[in-house]
Amino acid sequence: MALTLADKIWDAHVTATTPAGSDLVAIDRVFLHERTGASALKSMAAAGRPVVDPRRVFAVMDHIVDTRPGRGDKTLMLGGQAFITETRAAAIAAGITLFDVTDPDQGITHVISPELGIVLPGCTLVAPDSHTCTQGALGALAWGIGSSEAEHAMATGVLRLPRPKTMLVRFDGALSPGVTAKDMALALIAAHGAGGGAGHVVEFSGSAVRALDIEARMTLCNMATEFAAMAAIIAPDEKIFAYLAGRRYAPVAFDAPYWTGLHSDEGARFDRTIVIDAAAIAPMITWGTSPEHAIPIDSVVPSGPARAHDYIDLAPGAAIIGTPIDVAFIGSCTNARLSDLRRAAALVKGRHIASSIQKALVVPGSSAVKRAAEAEGLDKIFEAAGFEWRMSGCSLCFFAGGESFPAGSRSISSTNRNFEGRQGPGIRTHIASPEVVVASAIAGAIADPRLLEPQA
Amino acid sequence: MTPFNTLSAIAAPMMFDNIDTDAIIPSREMTSTGRTGLAEGLFAPWRYVEGRVPNPDFVLNRPEYAGAQVIAGGANFGCGSSREHAVWALAEYGVLCVIAPGFAPIFAANCIRNGLLPLVLPREAVESVAGREVHIDLAAQTLTCGDETYSFPIEAEARTMLLEGLDAIDLTLKSRPAIAAWLHADRVARPWIYL
Repeated sequence: MALTLADKIWDAHVTATTPAGSDLVAIDRVFLHERTGASALKSMAAAGRPVVDPRRVFAVMDHIVDTRPGRGDKTLMLGGQAFITETRAAAIAAGITLFDVTDPDQGITHVISPELGIVLPGCTLVAPDSHTCTQGALGALAWGIGSSEAEHAMATGVLRLPRPKTMLVRFDGALSPGVTAKDMALALIAAHGAGGGAGHVVEFSGSAVRALDIEARMTLCNMATEFAAMAAIIAPDEKIFAYLAGRRYAPVAFDAPYWTGLHSDEGARFDRTIVIDAAAIAPMITWGTSPEHAIPIDSVVPSGPARAHDYIDLAPGAAIIGTPIDVAFIGSCTNARLSDLRRAAALVKGRHIASSIQKALVVPGSSAVKRAAEAEGLDKIFEAAGFEWRMSGCSLCFFAGGESFPAGSRSISSTNRNFEGRQGPGIRTHIASPEVVVASAIAGAIADPRLLEPQA
Repeated sequence: MTPFNTLSAIAAPMMFDNIDTDAIIPSREMTSTGRTGLAEGLFAPWRYVEGRVPNPDFVLNRPEYAGAQVIAGGANFGCGSSREHAVWALAEYGVLCVIAPGFAPIFAANCIRNGLLPLVLPREAVESVAGREVHIDLAAQTLTCGDETYSFPIEAEARTMLLEGLDAIDLTLKSRPAIAAWLHADRVARPWIYL
């Protein structure tokens, strides 16, 4: 029978089926972070449940770590230090691998997992973090879970789940210049709703997806949780196998029969199929308070829910271009990898952010990305343009009580969520690609990056 | 976990789409690594005005809905962050069931693991029961409101877990021999996955 990629990986991991029809699905990798890791590990310890295979469980400090140079355990979030120290103590007690605050491999979970070869094609990986779907870009079945499920995975080696539905999202054709994976994701969510993928494993395919480099594939898969998908996956190809070769936790030789079979068979049936013309996608930006409130940057604000218009303070019919902004942020598991920083730096080089911008940050996705960017001099380009260059972490993607800006500020952000208050009480967030963030920071108002020529 | 069988309560209306877990419990309200002390922060951005004074316009601050055990919400309820704190905050406040046209999958799974019922009904039905007394019978998979009775779907396993108040980990550990046998075979088939 012709099978989908998701079904092949699922079938390869079913250890047993329950009387009610759920499967006990083997979990190959668990990844924790300090925001929820200590909670799960402490709860297990209190219940007397050990981690069954600690060598396959990893933890990192990313969510609330300070991103200012010279950082330690202290955080800008009041009381945040306890999350770091308790996660460290619990990780050591459980015997799992920890990438600590000062570890050279520290970084955002979904950036370092591929960097270190922890996520692998055909594996199952879970983390108590919704953006775990990012890692499906390497051909893994990777999804976000809650703390209880994380405990379940660590204590039993499996999760109890009904088989998910499958969806194929095919991007035919080729992207236009200046259009990125972020725009593909926002275009999909705008067209089909923030709940459009609910409960499905979404497989991204088509010529425009195959053409994406690995980091751009991660950006596309990252946003699947904003589509309410359980997971996103892209069939691994030679690019992926070459990328993984030599990485610390990756196997010495790839598993030829298993890995090369990781694609949906000809004629495989999906519960739903969506086809999108990649050439028709423009640079996107959100106007409202859900990722589904995304529009082509050269269009006007449509009529949406009144509370979204009120919060964001933009009326239907207003042009989005030219909306003054106060804050610019390049960072997060969505868009803070080396290729993102290179594209942003190419646009910003020789230019300066507008004097009206109160805060402009570039926060690399990992310590390794930071080092690589510095080796190319990207940090100097950003700093010369007026951006602050920080240490790796989740930073301004969400407000945990630490760094923020005055209520009512308008932010242009390369992140994944524009929810009310996501970046702080009363902050109005517009999410877009790093290119749009840079163009807008230079203009001091939302701007189309296609009108900026890269400088020599 | 407390079993969920039947429930009669007024459904507090929050009829807008995409109520995210940042709104249910903002990150800044998650001040400890524990699972308690979260009810005060439930819906904090909407529930309080400056100085943490209750906002009289917010639904749960209105006398008829204070302490609500049921919330009727819009589509894609619980979207966003995977934080189980959203469900812990709802549970600590006393919410036992959320009715919505659809749920974000991680939130729905978190509900089941904590004994809350994520009850899916068509949008028109949710709108019709919002603000009214509902009677929920999980075994029968029905919700009754006035003269209307609606059937609702739920995964068989989730239904059993809720009805019997089962702990998923205890239940799964009963399958330890099957899991061990699978692992034994998998170590041969996929040695590269083991570290």
